[in-house]
Amino acid sequence: MKYLSEYRDPELARRLVDRIRETATRRWTLMEVCGGQTHTIVKQGIHEVLGDAVEMIHGPGCPVCVTPLEQIDRALHLAARPDVTFTSFGDMLRVPGSDCDLLQVKARGGDVKVVYSPLDAVEMARRDPTREVVFFAVGFETTAPANAMAVWRARELGVTNFSVLVSHVTVPPAMVAILEDPDNRVRGFLAAGHVCTVMGWEEYEPLADRYEVPIVVTGFEPLDILEGIWMAVRQLEEGRHEVENQYVRSVRREGNRPAQDLVGRVFRTVDRGWRGIGTIPGSGFALREEFADFDAEKRFGLEGIRAEESPECRAGDVLKGQLKPYECPAFGGRCTPENPLGAPMVSSEGACAAYYNFGRLQSRAAGA
Amino acid sequence: MATTGLSTPRIQGLACPTPVTDDDRVQLGHGSGGKMSARLLRDRFLPRFGNRYLDELGDGARIPTEGAETVISTDTFVVSPLEFPGGNIGHLAVHGTVNDLAMMGAAPRFLSAGFVLEEGLPFEVLDRILDAMTACAAACGVEIVTGDTKVVERGKADGLFVNTTGVGFLEGDFRPSPRLVRPGDVVLVSGPLGRHGMAIMAAREGLAFEADVTSDTASLWPCVEELRTRVGASVRCLRDATRGGLASALNEIAGASSVGIELSGDMPVPAAVEAACEMLGLDPLYVANEGVLVAFVAADAEGPALEALRTQVVGASAVRVGRVVDDHPGMVVLRTGFGGTRVVDMLPGDQLPRIC
Repeated sequence: MKYLSEYRDPELARRLVDRIRETATRRWTLMEVCGGQTHTIVKQGIHEVLGDAVEMIHGPGCPVCVTPLEQIDRALHLAARPDVTFTSFGDMLRVPGSDCDLLQVKARGGDVKVVYSPLDAVEMARRDPTREVVFFAVGFETTAPANAMAVWRARELGVTNFSVLVSHVTVPPAMVAILEDPDNRVRGFLAAGHVCTVMGWEEYEPLADRYEVPIVVTGFEPLDILEGIWMAVRQLEEGRHEVENQYVRSVRREGNRPAQDLVGRVFRTVDRGWRGIGTIPGSGFALREEFADFDAEKRFGLEGIRAEESPECRAGDVLKGQLKPYECPAFGGRCTPENPLGAPMVSSEGACAAYYNFGRLQSRAAGA
Repeated sequence: MATTGLSTPRIQGLACPTPVTDDDRVQLGHGSGGKMSARLLRDRFLPRFGNRYLDELGDGARIPTEGAETVISTDTFVVSPLEFPGGNIGHLAVHGTVNDLAMMGAAPRFLSAGFVLEEGLPFEVLDRILDAMTACAAACGVEIVTGDTKVVERGKADGLFVNTTGVGFLEGDFRPSPRLVRPGDVVLVSGPLGRHGMAIMAAREGLAFEADVTSDTASLWPCVEELRTRVGASVRCLRDATRGGLASALNEIAGASSVGIELSGDMPVPAAVEAACEMLGLDPLYVANEGVLVAFVAADAEGPALEALRTQVVGASAVRVGRVVDDHPGMVVLRTGFGGTRVVDMLPGDQLPRIC
């Protein structure tokens, strides 16, 4: 496929793997920030191929995983209301809340719909003014502009039966939280290419400088990831710590200014809870006061809904690379993909879920 | 009846008005068992499906088995929308059951068809579906010998549901089964993956892709017959990769046979399906097919088996996608082009589009 198969060429990939091996004089620990990158790494088995040269720690960049339990419970509460049509991206539907997920609410009669764009939800609200249409606005800086646009557009069109349940998170504060941890093992980052397509990389420059870590803005195809790893390893070997851009076909230093502008007009920065990690200061977006009418939490009085995450879950340690998933006492027993205690077991590309599958493979093979 | 000639004056007066029977859509009365039901049958079903077994209009059909070992299989079809690029629910209802029989190694011969019609279903839609069933049955060499129709109130069904039960006959000792699968066997796939699921999704969500994706709904019996003729007992097991796609079909067999399956990195996915899956964050290995078979074949019969499949239109691009291994029994593992491995697990439910 044009623009994709070029970035999946196994021969070029092998050459990059060789180059990484030749460059690395020791086994470096890197973190890929974004869930999309984790998906490629796990799907292609890149972590396995590179295992001797580089240890990849799967970062906290999966929006499905990190959306806090409390927000999921609020979504479930809204979806169960008879007057609400609850709209969401597909993969949020199976994320477990305290006692069920959105698919179960749907089966019990809730009006839950998958949309591919938040603007579809605005259109749904416009077409049927008798329904309260709520969109679950989750994700990183990548999805923030489209979600901001939906709110902007609803106001422009005078659509009053549309609102958003916001659970937006941002990448740099999470990286700071990881780097500030005294036991941090991460020596370099692959920054999320699509987040940077929107935001650019200026805000990463002080991080690279202050914490002396290479940060490589990286794409999502196998060759992107391998080249990003190679660039990070090369910096580490040369003692450099800069922001470099591997994803040149999409990212500019300043990012997408109109998108940033829109996000800034609609959202303000707030402290956000991350499932399995806890609250990270200044790590999320909420609607600005002037858009309060579109805030589902206010409209439906959801502030009272609180949820406690399992104290057994050690997702924070896993995401910081301090604990291998299988070292967690709950792993594979009280915590499985079907019944997850925390973020990294929720999505198939979460670190714990990935190990769960891979571990099954190894133990079966060993027993055969 | 209200269909008497125009020359007859309509005298209604105090009499109850006769029910209107001429309409362009299904009414509850069509399920009453009365005249409307009889007309529905007479006007729409019998002219199309009619054959010597059905035309007897008994409570069932007496069918000859000619002493052969008989296979019976049933499947119920629900799909929204009823019509989609490349076919409609009628195609699925015939091909689905025909293919289930074929996967058992049986030559499909007879079908029953049970319909649940929703009040309000336009007859023109019903007619197109029945036309499709008629044409598919003829092409597959099966006869629809008995059936049933029921009508439910508007809102109680999605236009139309249909169940077909098929009867087919075995020949010689050709009995493909998961029990016969052994390490060393090769895994062949008859054609491109993911077309049906993506065609449905495109139609359902109103998504427009650069290239049209059409359903692959087709009978797989010609492929199976050719395999039976050319490689016979070397065929260990057959499965059509319908719901849940190739990945689910392989997991079922890996589980049932207690063997491991190792896939190579190259899967026959058409560019348009791959593009659509990329856009929606779906994995084509889990997308439904309605005209793709997976054949487990003894390694030394790989060449002749592929040749056999390639004699048929639906098998023209048949390829080997993997092999059966001793390792990791019950699991399907994909070896990527980069030398890594990935577990291709069963999904817990439907595949959901990803955010990122």
